[in-house]
Amino acid sequence: MFKILKKEKLSANIYSMTVEAPRVAAHALPGQFLIVRVDEEGERIPLTVCDDDKEKGTVTIVFQPVGAETYRMSFLEEGDSFADVVGPLGNPSNLVNVPIEELKKKKILFIAGGVGTAPVYHQLKWLHNHGIDADCIQGARSKDILILEDEMKAVTRNLYFATDDGTYGIHGNVCVALQQLWDEGKRYDHCVVIGPMIMMKFACQLTQKLGIPTVVSMNTVMVDGTGMCGACRLLVDGQVKFACVDGPEFDGWKVDFDQAMQRSRMYKTEEGRLFLEAKEEKSHGGCGVC
Amino acid sequence: MDMMKKVPVREQDPKVRAANFDEVCLGYNKEEAEAEASRCLQCKNPQCVQGCPVSINIPGFIAKIKEHDIPGAYEVIGQSSTLPAVCGRVCPQETQCEGKCIRGIKGEAISIGKLERYVADTARLMGVRPEAPEEKNGKKVAVIGAGPSGLACASDLAKLGYEVTIFEALHKAGGVLSYGIPEFRLPKEKVVDKEIDNVKSLGVRIETDCIIGKSVTIDELMDKEGYDAVFIGSGAGLPRFMNIPGEQAMGVFSANEYLTRSNLMHAYREDARTPIYRGKKTVVVGGGNVAMDAARTALRLGAETTIVYRRSEAELPARKEEVHHAKEEEIQFHLLTNPVEILVGEDGWVKGIRCIRMELGEPDASGRRRPIEIPGSEFVIDCDSVIMALGTSPNPLISRTTEGLETNRKGCLVADEKGTTTRPGVFAGGDAVTGAATVILAMGAGRRAAAAIDEYLKNRN
Ligand SMILES: Cc1cc2nc3c(=O)[nH]c(=O)nc-3n(C[C@H](O)[C@H](O)[C@H](O)COP(=O)(O)OP(=O)(O)OC[C@H]3O[C@@H](n4cnc5c(N)ncnc54)[C@H](O)[C@@H]3O)c2cc1C
Ligand SMILES: Cc1cc2nc3c(=O)[nH]c(=O)nc-3n(C[C@H](O)[C@H](O)[C@H](O)COP(=O)(O)OP(=O)(O)OC[C@H]3O[C@@H](n4cnc5c(N)ncnc54)[C@H](O)[C@@H]3O)c2cc1C
Ligand code: SF4
Ligand code: SF4
Ligand code: FES
Repeated sequence: MFKILKKEKLSANIYSMTVEAPRVAAHALPGQFLIVRVDEEGERIPLTVCDDDKEKGTVTIVFQPVGAETYRMSFLEEGDSFADVVGPLGNPSNLVNVPIEELKKKKILFIAGGVGTAPVYHQLKWLHNHGIDADCIQGARSKDILILEDEMKAVTRNLYFATDDGTYGIHGNVCVALQQLWDEGKRYDHCVVIGPMIMMKFACQLTQKLGIPTVVSMNTVMVDGTGMCGACRLLVDGQVKFACVDGPEFDGWKVDFDQAMQRSRMYKTEEGRLFLEAKEEKSHGGCGVC
Repeated sequence: MDMMKKVPVREQDPKVRAANFDEVCLGYNKEEAEAEASRCLQCKNPQCVQGCPVSINIPGFIAKIKEHDIPGAYEVIGQSSTLPAVCGRVCPQETQCEGKCIRGIKGEAISIGKLERYVADTARLMGVRPEAPEEKNGKKVAVIGAGPSGLACASDLAKLGYEVTIFEALHKAGGVLSYGIPEFRLPKEKVVDKEIDNVKSLGVRIETDCIIGKSVTIDELMDKEGYDAVFIGSGAGLPRFMNIPGEQAMGVFSANEYLTRSNLMHAYREDARTPIYRGKKTVVVGGGNVAMDAARTALRLGAETTIVYRRSEAELPARKEEVHHAKEEEIQFHLLTNPVEILVGEDGWVKGIRCIRMELGEPDASGRRRPIEIPGSEFVIDCDSVIMALGTSPNPLISRTTEGLETNRKGCLVADEKGTTTRPGVFAGGDAVTGAATVILAMGAGRRAAAAIDEYLKNRN
């Protein structure tokens, strides 16, 4: 069993959990993900590895309840266990493979949106531990849902905030913020964007205009996560790729976001029904996890 | 009783079963099995045995059925097979054991598969189980993949006294038996889980949620975790697509995705948490067992279902019984037909599939007549979902992360008859070596590799 050692509420609707999973922890690198199942009948849920402790054999995940299964997850407490945790899956961030000397010469910008902040943190921390400091734009709808602020500050050279409602940092979304930095004369030669697909799409349109090569992490629908089902397929440069084994990171300029967003809505109605059922059950006290 | 004819086996009525996931074939009872057994001629030179890839002593176990000795019959089968309840149900008997049966020359072959299933099911109900060895020999073997090849290899090694751990990527053991072949053909709790329990009762440990090449590498298993040898039975799980326009549309699935959702994740059940798309009109592309299983699953989930296959009926690679059952269940067959484009509606969903009719030309490399397109014969089948069942190839995760392990052009691991790979101490078998094949061949390969591993480790000392 995969025991939850620590659970934290990072904002009104975002949780972090540190879980015992020695095999995943031993090999996990920034950019990779894992799959959890809440219980014996649980759905397989892909989540990015947001931190790992190789000595203690633990990994940290950060998630936002968006549907039935992540909602159920939010009721697990310290001392409870996941039925399954498997990974690490997918390829590590390509930054991990670049020689450190070369990385030091690069001017890297991260753009994080919502829960996407957590995977970005893992990459920034890895870079920081290797003596490389990058900049980051962290976006959220509003100040009260910004997560991991202190942690992010500790590993980032310049951390910029962008809120849609202007309650913190730059007033506007991450694209507004990037344009503003650019206009101020900031230049970057590599960009990593992780967040909702719609945000990644618009960020990529802008970086393409500005000429900053950009990597995105694609959170498609998945089942097995090992290349077996093809549920996660997307078009990159016109070619069919499997997000779980060919990615999850891809060249953001080449991803067909519209098609990927469409596919990720494939089970929406079906899932919506299940989600509502789960919420119903909660008030009846019968869903087994709350 | 007509000695020329098989004792008919009881089946669920096609109309009834088209709406449930219970097993289609109900199997023989004692009287039926003994009557069928009495048709066997007990040939001195039994051709049936030559047709069975693992050479089960068929007249031997049939004789035991006649003597009402089920544990005895089970023991005879057990000398050659580790998964009789499975193989009795899913072997392509018509081209193997039953295809060679002498009775089949003038009349109908003995129902060897059904008898094998009867023995295995009855033995299970009687509580007959394989026995764990008294003593362990202190050596450790790692088996990768809990499909038929891995389970068979692990059982044999455990019986020889090895400490065996199976590493399985998914959360459940069984391989294709658990995620691919549907409940209505191979019940999970009643049959597959029991076969897995038998393997565990021999002392084999199964670690699920462990992906070799990701969670741990073969080198680490051998160098750090103390495994003396490794068997790779990782199957051939990668789905193929056709690369035709529209294949990315919503409502297009690989058979693997569709079947995994239904079988492994139980999406066919109303209370399941993993969703599955329940189509109204579903087209399944392909003609093998996988296509039949996907089509019959879609049918049971409420779709009007059509199979599109580019060759003719004679070339359908699926088991005869499955094709027969599919037809009884009123699945439509468009044979000598090949898809050229998937039509997509404005909402991004599939709305139809454009196909072209084919005719058979000269034999190709596989010895089957090559289908060629008939110009101008295109037509459209309306549908709201398409399932691609075009075959699979081995997953490169292991070969890519293991130094010295060679693969061929098709991505299959290179191994000899005994399963010896190009890497010392590493053996392989089943679909990972042959490409998608059959349960019995995978099981046989696992058993041969177990013998080879035993020999290798004995010689090494
Ligand atoms: C490689 C990868 C890494 C991921 N990392 C994280 C992470 O670190 N933290 C995190 O909170 N989530 C992450 N996700 C997304 C997470 O897996 C989904 O939020 C989760 O599967 C939803 O499950 P559910 O049953 O609760 O919701 P569902 O009931 O499946 O869906 C509810 C709603 O969410 C939408 N939805 C479905 N899938 C996704 C998705 N992949 N992304 C966004 N919305 C979706 C649906 O359209 C639907 O409207 C990741 C996904 C992938 C593929
Ligand atoms: C839908 C369907 C229907 C079929 N019908 C029939 C039939 O009627 N009759 C018949 O004889 N054959 C049938 N087959 C074929 C038969 O099931 C296979 O030939 C057989 O299962 C192969 O066994 P295997 O042990 O080699 O591999 P598999 O059964 O594929 O098992 C391999 C296992 O290894 C695991 N694995 C893979 N990679 C890793 C890794 N890196 N680390 C850890 N574990 C890993 C997989 O998760 C899987 O559990 C069918 C196949 C399918 C898909
Ligand atoms: S294992 Fe398969 S081929 Fe062999 S006797 Fe049994 S059903 Fe026939
Ligand atoms: S060939 Fe047929 S009749 Fe002869 S022993 Fe085998 S099953 Fe019996
Ligand atoms: S999730 Fe199944 S192939 Fe990627």
